[in-house]
This record gives sequence, C-alpha cells and structure tokens, in this order.
Amino acid sequence: MIFGLLRVVNFAHGAMFMLGAFVAYYGATLVHLPFFAALVVAPVLVGLFGALIEIVFLRRLYGIDPLYNLLFTFALVLILEDGLRLVAGALGSPYSIPDALAGAIDIGFGPFPTYRLFVIVTAALVSVAVWLILERTPIGARIRAATEAPVLVRALGIDTQRLVTIVFGCGVALAALAGVLAAPNQNVEPAMGDKVIINTFAIVVIGGLGSIGGSILTGFALGLLQTVGAVFYPQINDTLIFIVMVVVLLVRPNGLFGSPMRR
Amino acid sequence: MTRALIGSRRGTIVGALLFLGGLVLPFVVYPVLAIDIAAYAIFAVAFDLLLGFAGLLSFGHALFWGGAGYVVTILMAKAHVPLVAAAAVAVAYAAVCALLVGGIAIRTAGIYFAMITLALAQLQYFFAYQLSDWTGGENGLQVSGRGSLFGIDLNNDRLFYYLVLAIATLAVLLVIRVVRSPFGFALEAARDNEQRAISLGYHVNRFKLATFVFSGTLAGLAGVLFAAGNRLASLDGVDWHTSGKIVMMSILGGMGTIFGPIVGATIFETLEYFVSKTLVGNKTNLIMGTLFAIVILVARRGIVGEILARARPRSS
Repeated sequence: MIFGLLRVVNFAHGAMFMLGAFVAYYGATLVHLPFFAALVVAPVLVGLFGALIEIVFLRRLYGIDPLYNLLFTFALVLILEDGLRLVAGALGSPYSIPDALAGAIDIGFGPFPTYRLFVIVTAALVSVAVWLILERTPIGARIRAATEAPVLVRALGIDTQRLVTIVFGCGVALAALAGVLAAPNQNVEPAMGDKVIINTFAIVVIGGLGSIGGSILTGFALGLLQTVGAVFYPQINDTLIFIVMVVVLLVRPNGLFGSPMRR
Repeated sequence: MTRALIGSRRGTIVGALLFLGGLVLPFVVYPVLAIDIAAYAIFAVAFDLLLGFAGLLSFGHALFWGGAGYVVTILMAKAHVPLVAAAAVAVAYAAVCALLVGGIAIRTAGIYFAMITLALAQLQYFFAYQLSDWTGGENGLQVSGRGSLFGIDLNNDRLFYYLVLAIATLAVLLVIRVVRSPFGFALEAARDNEQRAISLGYHVNRFKLATFVFSGTLAGLAGVLFAAGNRLASLDGVDWHTSGKIVMMSILGGMGTIFGPIVGATIFETLEYFVSKTLVGNKTNLIMGTLFAIVILVARRGIVGEILARARPRSS
C-alpha cells in the first residue's frame, strides 16, 4: 500500500510486521497485555517508530533515484533483524491463541479454526476501512491528490511532507497489525518478516504495480489459494505464489490490474 | 563519471595495484577467506556491469551464484564429476537461468525489475529448500575434495586461490573490454536515455538481456568458485540476503566503477569475517547493515566513487 501511494518500496515492511508480533509477545510476557489490547498497542507503537524513521532518514532520499530508498530499507531490515536476534535470540517463541478464539466452529461444510476466521474477518474489515478512508474522506482525497500531483497539492497549501509521514506511519502500523494477527499462527522470531515481505512483493507484482485494489484482491485470492494448496499439496505451497507470478507476468507484463506504466 | 577510471592511466594503475593486492592476499588473510574475497569480487563486478552500466538493479543475483554453486557441488558429490566439467555445467545452468529470468524481467525497470528478480530468485530458493535429497536442505551439501587439474592438486587452498585469482583477473579484463566496446557505450546510452537510444535504432531490450545473461553467467562462475573454495553449497547462497549483500558490496565500493565493487567485496568480506570472529558473534548484519545505511545516506557514490569525485572535481 505504501508503495502504491508513495512510490516508496519498503523492504522493512516485513521487519515491521515482525516488530508488531514482538511487541505483542513482549507485551504478553512482560506486562500481561491481552491479545485484543495488543491489536491496538502494537500498531500504534510500531507506526510511530515507522513515522520517526521516515522523518529522520527516508525523507533525505526522496529527491533521488527510488532505488536508494529500497536499499536503505533493506539495510534497515538487516539492522532490525539482527538487533532483535541480539535481544530475543534467534529461536522463535510461541504466542498462544487467546482463549476466546481457540477451538473451531462449523462453517457449513466442515470445522474451521475460529482464530483463522477471526483473522480473515479482521483483515477484510481493515481492508474495507482503508479503502473507504482513501476513497470517501477528505484526508483520503488529499492523499490521493498528493500522489497524483504533489506539486499542485503543495501549491494549494497542503503539507504533503506531513501527509507522506502519516501515510507511511499508517502503512507500517498496518504491517504491525498483520504481525500481531499472525503471531499466534507461527513462532514469533526475528526472521518471520522475510517470507512475508517477499510474498507481499509478489502480490504487488501480480496485482499490478500501484493498484491498491488490485493488491488487496490478489492478496486475498492468493491467501485463499495457499490455504487450499496447503490442504491438497503442501510441498508446492511456498512456490505457488511465484509460479502464479511468472504466469501472470508472461501474460500481462503489468500485472492483473496494473496500467501500462514505465519507470 | 563512470568513465573517469576505466581506460585512463589512473585506472590502469589502480587495476595493477588491485592485482598486486590479490597476489599477496593469501599471505595476509587465511586462504579460504582469500578465495571468498576473490569469488565475491567476480560476483560484484558481474553485478556492477548490470547495475552501473545497464542501470538495472537485480535483487535476485543469488539465483545464479547459489544455483551454480549447488549444481557444481551436486555433480561433484553425487555423480563424482571432475571439477572442471561440473563447473562448465554449472555455469551453463546459470546462463540458462539468466536467459529465463531476463526474458521475464527485462521488460520492466527500476523497482519493478528488482522485485521481479527477487521473487524469481526466491522461487529457486524454495526449490532448493524442498529438494533436500539433492541439496542437503538446511545442512547444505559438502564435497570431499576439489580433485586436481593438469596434475596440480587443487585441494591446496593457496594454490586454488591463485587459480581463482587468475580467473577473476580474466573476468575483470573481459568486463572492462565489454564496457569499452561499442556495445558498452550503447548500453550506457540506453541507460541514460532509453527513448533516444530506441529512436536511434538500438534494440535496447536485446542489449539489456544480453547484459543480464552475461552478468548472470559471470555470477554463476563466481558462485562455482565460491562453492568449490568452501567445498560446500548451502541455502545461504541462494538466500535473498546474498542478493542484498552483493548490492551492498557494489554500492559500498562505488557502482559503475568496476574496481569499486572489487574494493567493496574485499572490505565487506574481510570486515564481516573479523566482526564475526570478535565482539558480536553472528550478529554481523547489524554492523554491515548500519555501515550500508550510512553509505546510502552520506556517500552514495561509494568508496572509489567518492575518491574519484574528490580527486577530480571538474569531471562529472
């Protein structure tokens, strides 16, 4: 999402995802922070952290080739991952599913883990909310305008720099939220963001670069595909997304929903 | 700027100094580290050809490096193919992969190119991870010995290093030759102004693809030497952190300067080795990441690039 709006590729998104999970984990172990509170606290903390990074470092890199941005965030990944390894050790720590969401419920054609359902519903709600905010609110309109024509928007007296920081912070907060949601499903470990970020890249490429709707739709479709794939043929699951990507790129070089665009 | 060094007298001197440095290297650091440095130097030069001269940032070069490393080790360990033959197959593998990846990715540029190459490299990573019968999975795959060449025992690390150094020297000379050829100039023209190059009648995408294949093949060669040097192919080689590492080396040294990436590879590997031996154990990424972040923020031209810019401020 950050990518679509700001033309900034954030490698560190996976790391932010991981940070979100860690905040939840430490919140739970150190101060007995309940899961539902972590859903709010972790995104806020990590979002603020992301905004700080944007203000202090990334802002210096906007005028030049966007590749430097990518590279800086890559360095950030290395620093954050190893930093957390230093603090938490390389091995993962389990984070248990909250009692209220444990167990399974029947969804018509078979039992389904309640927690998974909760994650799916939450993700859908958040996606719809993001889309509504962008499309239907004044601030959303400003953000969209600022990405289309930053100079013009600046001339109208809107602080685009601040908008960028806000959007970046929100994007990071969303990544952290995803991290908290994912924490009970997998081990909380410093490298947990790696797989996520590469999958995210593939999703963005498949969905069409710069198309938010495309990314969200593809993300859900692929998530579904992977869940189905996991049931039928687990070995291929990790590669499935990339195979889909190759096929899509061969047929439509700009992705499914992308407009022809060269940069 | 990029032409300031290559082809000038100063460039020749720097190249000669680097070569001399290469000659004494195995007496300064221990020989396997010297092999690593030389292999990474080839890798970095191959990468720089693509980034510095074609303007394409690949974030998936570990595909060729690690993939070729696996091919050579598998052939040697499982089928007892001699090193030279196994290396030839491995390099061919890298070339074919580069053709396939390039064919898919070359139509895009910039960040998209980086993302697509990264995702494709990751495809191979998962294959390597899954096919653990062949690749040894997380343990990696070891080779017992390197065999011999023309009656010379390659298991002597120092001797093997000099073989790698000879190959590296030839590779660098070849890359310099390519960069100074009409092909190289056309490539730079396409990088600087693609539309104009196209309207002048250049088949820009074909140029880019050729460069990508050349770069990938050289990266494969480097990966072969690295794997043979360490007698090991592991998941690290195909991991995306390796793709990132080569980007860091090239930029740290100075992209588009050919010699810069060699310097970058040397500094990076040496530093990484000593950091890993000392204070923070295996937390080297913390140090290297910080170093790289600083380079990105304050010295984007890299070490050699900055020296050039300071030494001769008129030229730009």
